[in-house]
Amino acid sequence: MSQTAVEKILSQHVGQPVRPDELVIVPVDTIMASDATAPYAIRAFEEMGGGDLWRPDKVILVIDHAAPAPNQRIGNLHQMMRKFAQEKGCRLYDVGAGICHQVMVENRHAQPGEVVIGADSHSCAYGAVGAFATGVGSTDLAALMRTGKTWLKIPPTIRIELTGRLPAGTVAKDVILFLVGQLGLNGASYQAIEYTGEAIDGLTLAGRMTLASMSVEMGAKAGIVDPRGLELPYRFEPVWADKQAHYSQVLRFDLSNLSPQISVPHSPDQVVPLEDVQGTRVTMAFIGTCTNGRFEDLQAAAAVLKGRSIAPHVRMIIAPASREVFNQALQEGVVETLSQAGATFVTPGCGPCVGTHLGVPGDEEVVISSANRNFRGRMGNPNAKIYLASPAVVAATALCGVITDPGQVMEKTTSSS
Amino acid sequence: MKGKVHLYGDHVDTDQIIPGAYTKTLDVDELASHVFEYLDPDFRTRMNSGDFVVAGENFGCGSSREQAPLALKAAGIAAVVASSFARIFYRNAINIGLSVVEVGPHEIENGSELEIDLKAGALTDLTAQRTYPTAKIPAVMLDILNEGGLVPYLKKHGDYQL
Repeated sequence: MSQTAVEKILSQHVGQPVRPDELVIVPVDTIMASDATAPYAIRAFEEMGGGDLWRPDKVILVIDHAAPAPNQRIGNLHQMMRKFAQEKGCRLYDVGAGICHQVMVENRHAQPGEVVIGADSHSCAYGAVGAFATGVGSTDLAALMRTGKTWLKIPPTIRIELTGRLPAGTVAKDVILFLVGQLGLNGASYQAIEYTGEAIDGLTLAGRMTLASMSVEMGAKAGIVDPRGLELPYRFEPVWADKQAHYSQVLRFDLSNLSPQISVPHSPDQVVPLEDVQGTRVTMAFIGTCTNGRFEDLQAAAAVLKGRSIAPHVRMIIAPASREVFNQALQEGVVETLSQAGATFVTPGCGPCVGTHLGVPGDEEVVISSANRNFRGRMGNPNAKIYLASPAVVAATALCGVITDPGQVMEKTTSSS
Repeated sequence: MKGKVHLYGDHVDTDQIIPGAYTKTLDVDELASHVFEYLDPDFRTRMNSGDFVVAGENFGCGSSREQAPLALKAAGIAAVVASSFARIFYRNAINIGLSVVEVGPHEIENGSELEIDLKAGALTDLTAQRTYPTAKIPAVMLDILNEGGLVPYLKKHGDYQL
């Protein structure tokens, strides 16, 4: 029986061939919860009877959503997680380690062919390495802590073929924003997406995570990137989709004429070419998140801002995706370049993305962000507007104080030098 | 069960159900006090315990926060009826024992009276005198809902049963 990559991975785990829409109980490899979801998961775990974790070495807790704790209540929730991790012997990544999804991939807690379930909607990011990964809520995660299993409806797979070569000046973020705009917020609901094609073969792991992470913005259960071209710092066995696999839909997009894309307020699927909103005044710029807070994202921003200063009316906040990312950016001079340009670094973690702290915009403010969601109030203020774009666009916009195509400011650098 | 309708549109995301800033607490009454804070600030003063939230497509899209169904349940909402649900919200709602009813396209109006019979899968708009077929809940979810949520389900069964 020919299978998609997702069907293969799930068949291997269930122990028999599975078909789309079949209900199964699936044993998982690794599970994860953050400080936004772990406290309720811990409470539900105790209410279910407590005791030992299914496998302490396979339960990962990460403090990233409100790190360091901005108030007493959250400080106590973090303490609850630390105490639980110590008692149960599971791994906890504390304040500053980074965003859960980055930490999971960097530390090999999510590997090709595995089933990884996280209590965070962007857990689909592990599809970048070829894992079947999906997000659940706290009580589902508590049940996983107990049993190492969850129930699942096998998702039909949508194959998205991306042909052509990405034009210079466009990156993975432009690709995924374009796709979210095309498919809409529920265009892939309850289904898995398989991303494939020559346009993405050359993407780095970072770019693949950008792509996979925003699968949930189309309602997808999982988003898995074709392993062709995938490079990981360890040996792995890729899971290939069968050539004759059955897909619920095959969508083809030629990206050879793609231009920088931007999502406008107040929904990630409200996507237009950047040029449509060029010149819009912004007062806050944010680079970070599980979608675009990695080293190459910071590097792209530094390439725009090297030797320059951001506009005086703009605050630029950078939250590296992990300590490892921050350290690399330090070593390679990227932090210095960005700081000298006027950017402010905050703790590696989710930063202001979730509206909890570290940069809540004021009323009527306009924010340009490298994040994945711009729902009304997402960053903590329903009266602010959020635009989503690539890190280079965020940097060029911070530089000029209005929404700007980095191609234009980079050309100026070239012609003046 | 019978109750009054509070009607919303398509793609009501979790930030509208409960803003991220208010999710970091284990106090469900605190969650309830912020339900729909951005979307409909007067909701808490207008609603009564036992009322229904009715919406369009993709209700609960966005984050995995279980605080979203918890906030609705703690506020006294008896069930959420929508044309369709985002999958994590749907799972979460059932796991914490909040009834969710998928009804497909509908013409239910704000303020109408509804009657819902979960077991029979029947939904009646008493105001418009119209009945709607509802989508079948997967068997495993119905078992979980019948036990009152995933915590009591696992306490009773110890493991998942298909």
